[in-house]
Amino acid sequence: MSIVESRQDPEALTLTLVAELAAPPARVWQIWSDPRQLEQWWGPPTWPATFERHDVAVGGASRYYMTGPEGQKARGWWRFLALDEPRTLEFEDGFSDESGSPDPQMPTIHVLVELEEAAASTRMTVTSSFATVEQMQQLVQMGMVEGMTEAMGQIDRLLETA
Amino acid sequence: MVVDQLDSDEVDRLFAALADPTRRDIVARVLTHETSVSVLAERYAMSFAAVQKHVAVLERAGLVSKRPHGRERLVRGDVDAIRAAARLLDQYEEIWRARIGRIEDILAAPAEGDSR
Repeated sequence: MSIVESRQDPEALTLTLVAELAAPPARVWQIWSDPRQLEQWWGPPTWPATFERHDVAVGGASRYYMTGPEGQKARGWWRFLALDEPRTLEFEDGFSDESGSPDPQMPTIHVLVELEEAAASTRMTVTSSFATVEQMQQLVQMGMVEGMTEAMGQIDRLLETA
Repeated sequence: MVVDQLDSDEVDRLFAALADPTRRDIVARVLTHETSVSVLAERYAMSFAAVQKHVAVLERAGLVSKRPHGRERLVRGDVDAIRAAARLLDQYEEIWRARIGRIEDILAAPAEGDSR
């Protein structure tokens, strides 16, 4: 695993992960901008994602669904807030109802992706921010439903952020 | 699991309680050693009343409990409650770690054209 840094900030309700990826930024950009590549990693193998729409432009929207083992569908949307190919990508990620319309009752996550060129590689920083603790909890519980593994509680990491 | 048993108000209290560096420090301390409020108060550049207030916030969030001991009140950390708070962010981190693992697999695969 190429994750070189992870920061959890319970005050700002953000998670920051930094990964070193063995490809130049232009290549890494494609895994975000090409829906066929995005589908290969956004959802876990048990809940693969299908992007029906992926309009990579400021103000542009995406519509996707994830298909569960029993054929059930979980629908979501993105809205692009800022784009600077191949350096930054900023979007909101939310949930949709069964008809595919954004569901205002459900959590929205603000995601900032930064790609920095390093020697023959890319340093990718993904910062996810939640509006409220309640939203974060809701999302995590849904993530667990989607078959994610339970992480071990790391008391020290939380306490060390003092 | 513990997280499922917390309602959103409880989670809000947990995070609000842990948002302050002094309170995090108090929690870290009383997790390993039961400590009286007055001993805690000596460690921080603030009044006894201010420390007492911090302890009260932690107590309401379920992160510490107090028990009388002679003329003192001893403060002790509740490990389960603290784990629950840490676990929320840990679980979200786990989602992203798995995603980045899959991204690496895609980048490592032989390039067969950018669109299929």
